[in-house]
Amino acid sequence: MSHPHDHGHDHHHDHDHGHDHDHGHDHSKTFRPDIPDELTYYKKLEIAVRELLIEKGIITPEEVRQTVEAMDRRSPEGGARVTARAWVDPDFKERLLKNGTEAVEELGIKMGPTKLVVVENTDEVHNVIVCTLCSCYPRMLLGVPPDWYKQRAYRSRVVKEPRTVLKEFGTEIPADVTLRVHDSTADMRYMVLPRRPAGTEGMSEEDLAGLVGRDTMIGVAVVDRKTSPS
Amino acid sequence: MRQVHDMGGLPAGEINRDEHDYALWEKRVDAMMMLLGAEKGLMTVDELRRGIEIIGEGAYDRLSYYERWMSSITTNMIQKGYITTEELETKLVEIDARRARGEFDAPDSHQGEDA
Amino acid sequence: MAQHRFQPGDPVTVVDAAPMGHVRTPTYCKGKSGVVERVCGRFPNPEELAMGRDGLPEKSMYRVRFLQTDIWPDYEGPAEDSIDIELYDHWLTPAEKGA
Repeated sequence: MSHPHDHGHDHHHDHDHGHDHDHGHDHSKTFRPDIPDELTYYKKLEIAVRELLIEKGIITPEEVRQTVEAMDRRSPEGGARVTARAWVDPDFKERLLKNGTEAVEELGIKMGPTKLVVVENTDEVHNVIVCTLCSCYPRMLLGVPPDWYKQRAYRSRVVKEPRTVLKEFGTEIPADVTLRVHDSTADMRYMVLPRRPAGTEGMSEEDLAGLVGRDTMIGVAVVDRKTSPS
Repeated sequence: MRQVHDMGGLPAGEINRDEHDYALWEKRVDAMMMLLGAEKGLMTVDELRRGIEIIGEGAYDRLSYYERWMSSITTNMIQKGYITTEELETKLVEIDARRARGEFDAPDSHQGEDA
Repeated sequence: MAQHRFQPGDPVTVVDAAPMGHVRTPTYCKGKSGVVERVCGRFPNPEELAMGRDGLPEKSMYRVRFLQTDIWPDYEGPAEDSIDIELYDHWLTPAEKGA
């Protein structure tokens, strides 16, 4: 039986750990399965509030379904298309860096109420993105954020020790490359334009897009010719 | 006072890079916010954030991401008068009764009859 | 347009205060100085939006670039490493050039 959390309950919380506490689910698996028959308090709350809003005509079941489906359609593939286009079309890249919101519309991607700023990785600068206050993320280009992006450890640490954090992701930034952290605190959303790897000169735009993984557009990884996207 | 969500630069442990596929109920929380927010203008993302920030230090870290969202959406809907606490109370009791009849037994059936 | 108090290149200092309510200024940059990287435009004030009001009049919002070594005295990386933060006009005061 699940029941409402008692917010005054004396739980022991170790803030030195970045895990979202998720009621004893197994963390050892790469993907944490949702336990379908566990109707927790917050799942019940979701049902209750949604049904009340539907009964009152504020939202409809169709709208909920369509919004979930739209969310499912968004993935890092959108950002990968933008990246590949910027790699093969210098004029597009210039427009993208100048006004990201307008440039991605050329590829049919609408940012909605927030504005897009694209920051370019070069041989002199490497960029990485975080939202220390909540979880702002370029969802229109990359889909929903990974769990670690929203958790305490990444949000707390990447602003203060970005090079160490990147190393933990397997990304070593040479000392002669400037590291620039972007804290997404307000109305802008950021996407990193990763560097095009050497040896890809003959590749098509579509094949190039296939090299670009989500993490390279957050800035915790670099595009590797041989590695397929995460 | 520094608030619970304002964590940039604080000591924190290793980054847990495990990922999970969002469950349907989590996606529906997200969808509800999109609808109530940008689509219909009944609450702002700023109000969502405010509602998350005031749940208290223990709860912020204990609840999962979309549990925090659901908490804030509910508080906002009650505060703005779109739903009442009494209606919510009645609905939660009804859901318990429906669960006792097995309505939510099937995998991924937590949507009720509409989805 | 003269509608923004600061322009790119202007040195600014972040107000060091912790008011009640909802704010989008992270504690770690309070009292620190940086340089305006760009003017993002004018936006409704999130501190008002969060309380159910309209956030008007809109506030100028800037991206301010800070050197990591100015934010964290014990920063271990190269001196050029930086962090960009979006900040609203009323959280900024003019700073001395080269401060």
